[in-house]
Amino acid sequence: MDAKINAYDRVLAARANDRNMGGYYLSRMIDDFVELHGDRRFGDDGAIVGGVGMLNGTPVTAIAMERGATIEERIERHFGCPTPEGYRKALRLMKEAEKFNRPVICFIGSSGAYCGIDAEERGQGEAIAENLFEMMGLKTPIISVVVGEGGSGGALALGVCDTTVMLENSVYSVISPEGCASILWKDSSKASDAADALKLTASDLYSFDIVEKVIDEKDKSPEEICSDLKNCLVEELKNKQTLTTEKLLEERYNKFRKIGAC
Amino acid sequence: MEIKKIFNFLNKDEDITCPKCSKTYKHSVFFNNSMICPECGAYLRMGAMERIAVVTDNDSFVECDGDLKSQNPIDFPDYDEKIKKAVKDSGLKEGVVCGTATINGFPCAIFVMDSKFMMGSMGTVVGEKITRLFEKATKEHLPVVGFTTSGGARMQEGIFSLMQMAKVSGAAKKHSDGGNLYITVITDPTTGGVTASFAMQGDIIISEPKALIGFAGARVIEQTTGKKLPEGFQRAEFMLEHGFIDMIEDRKRLKYTIGKLLKIHSAKAI
Repeated sequence: MDAKINAYDRVLAARANDRNMGGYYLSRMIDDFVELHGDRRFGDDGAIVGGVGMLNGTPVTAIAMERGATIEERIERHFGCPTPEGYRKALRLMKEAEKFNRPVICFIGSSGAYCGIDAEERGQGEAIAENLFEMMGLKTPIISVVVGEGGSGGALALGVCDTTVMLENSVYSVISPEGCASILWKDSSKASDAADALKLTASDLYSFDIVEKVIDEKDKSPEEICSDLKNCLVEELKNKQTLTTEKLLEERYNKFRKIGAC
Repeated sequence: MEIKKIFNFLNKDEDITCPKCSKTYKHSVFFNNSMICPECGAYLRMGAMERIAVVTDNDSFVECDGDLKSQNPIDFPDYDEKIKKAVKDSGLKEGVVCGTATINGFPCAIFVMDSKFMMGSMGTVVGEKITRLFEKATKEHLPVVGFTTSGGARMQEGIFSLMQMAKVSGAAKKHSDGGNLYITVITDPTTGGVTASFAMQGDIIISEPKALIGFAGARVIEQTTGKKLPEGFQRAEFMLEHGFIDMIEDRKRLKYTIGKLLKIHSAKAI
């Protein structure tokens, strides 16, 4: 890992315009991918791409936050901020994966859950809450990878899992550094100080034992990063698939149970 | 036991001014009216001990894990001082009080958040206490009754706070899988990470009238979208209309209604 990059530069790198987001990894890594749409309740959210495919010869369900490449695409996908329909689609696909004993891979990269009147009307909080609740009991392995910005509850809604992986220049935080600075110090220009204080980098979270794997990015091409990540996922899936369902769920419970245990 | 704390408050019997009509009464006058303004009927925010005194049966409350105190897991600047101040101002050790009690004779595990302690924000101790309560309730087959009020996850504890959402959700899920009842009572205001986790995970979700319930803050939504928010946005009545809560109940009827629900859920179907 490159130790010289400061926390706020990592935040900027995680959100950079040209950074590859979930859709990139999904399309490069998952063979025979078939995208599945809609939450069967209200709509289909472009900020969440999900479907089924093969990872190194194993069938998986893959779900990715995606913001799109062009400005038109970004508007359509509302800049990668999922709506309640996105979270509900993700959960629907996870339940389908559970039925067929297929592991789930989630790619996280979003500044947060979509913020709007309509999202509140359709239960943004309830949608996230239900994902956390149901993912805790999902009877198939879940691996979550933070590839960009892991923004608060909107990120965690795909982050309840058996193994958390972060790319070196991704971040994962309870609040954006700008939000934190403006609430605490009434000055969003102190975002860099807030980024330091929040301890939101991959190496911070690894040292807290909140993420299990970090994929180095230094001096690597996007293809190399993708290939390292793929190897990591294949390895982790292999480990998780040897466990009984009971053991898998017990370990998932304990992974979160130990965080901040007094 | 700890209910005595509330009477310590009442012994001081300080003046309290209604934030809505600006009338001033003694604390005991408000308390004897369930912290509802005798003049205009406005609901004042209730402290955790006041709530427990009003909702649980006399002398039935036994506190659990009352000694847990916040650490500073990410060495956040000025956080230790903030905690000290919150302890002093609220008379509590943390933002939630947990324990067991009976409500109209029916036993339950109960947690009550308190907005006077750093806006009821959820850090590791709040997450840990509620998790332990769910674990105890699962083991002892007790229903959980939870009163929420919170500004969301506590940013001074960074990622540790965020992860409490998952931790509590795991414990609530186990409790549910064990066939146990969970009733949430959402009180003003409940937002952010608490709405997006255990406030919305109850089998039955009750709210007090006009309570603010939402995920994103109203001001943030207004600034982000540039749209004017509709009348009554994110209030309990709005949430009922959109199908996210089971009912709105008057504060003075809450004990009766919760008791009735506990009774129905503890009875066996023939």
